[in-house]
Amino acid sequence: MDDRPEKKKMTIIVFSGELDKALASFILATTAGSMGMEVTMFFTFWGLNVLKKNEGPIKSPGIMRKMLNRMNRGGTKRLHLSKFHMMGAGTAMIKKLMADSNIPQLEELMRMAKDLGVKFIVCTTSCGMMGLDVQNPEAFRTELIDGYAGAATYLGAATDAEVNLFI
Amino acid sequence: MDADKTLDCLGLYCPMPIVKTSLAVDELDEGQVLEVLADDVGIKDDMPAWCKTTGNEFLGIEEKDGEYRVYVRKRSG
Repeated sequence: MDDRPEKKKMTIIVFSGELDKALASFILATTAGSMGMEVTMFFTFWGLNVLKKNEGPIKSPGIMRKMLNRMNRGGTKRLHLSKFHMMGAGTAMIKKLMADSNIPQLEELMRMAKDLGVKFIVCTTSCGMMGLDVQNPEAFRTELIDGYAGAATYLGAATDAEVNLFI
Repeated sequence: MDADKTLDCLGLYCPMPIVKTSLAVDELDEGQVLEVLADDVGIKDDMPAWCKTTGNEFLGIEEKDGEYRVYVRKRSG
């Protein structure tokens, strides 16, 4: 008799572009992956910052978008805490406390998530509005991204999943 | 309790003991027993929950001086 439970599914909308919220998202994603769950993460709005390249300029058309993408540069190295960033001092302290406690850094959690088969989907609407070229490897870490889609794809996945989070 | 393999997770917090357990159980043969050493109290509830979700067998936990030895048998089939 096969008593193996049916494969559970989880989705996470990564809406926020802050370090602490990204960490929470990836800790849950890697744990769910380790529990044999199928995990899909949808990156939208400020959450796109998690998947932006750390190096090089982000190119976008028009003065407003250029300003937006300069002030909202993104990339894992630039993410702030949602509280106590304190010009970077608070964020650096939390990173040090995490390292001292053997808690993996965001980059390591992201790598583990990919190794565990977690899917990364990027919201094309946010990209269009912000003038980010989704398929451009100069803007995004396209090697991590499994798909580019919209709300219908998310809802399709969410109706099929037992756990759906918005972070 | 006799184990086929021991995994040292001392000093590690959630989610690392669970992630490492998952990888270690992947490498075991069916029916073999993994022993996990941990000192994060979260393991007491996390490991039974992981076993329930994955279908592996939670054999028990021994606690001594703030250290936990957790035993998991890899599911067959």
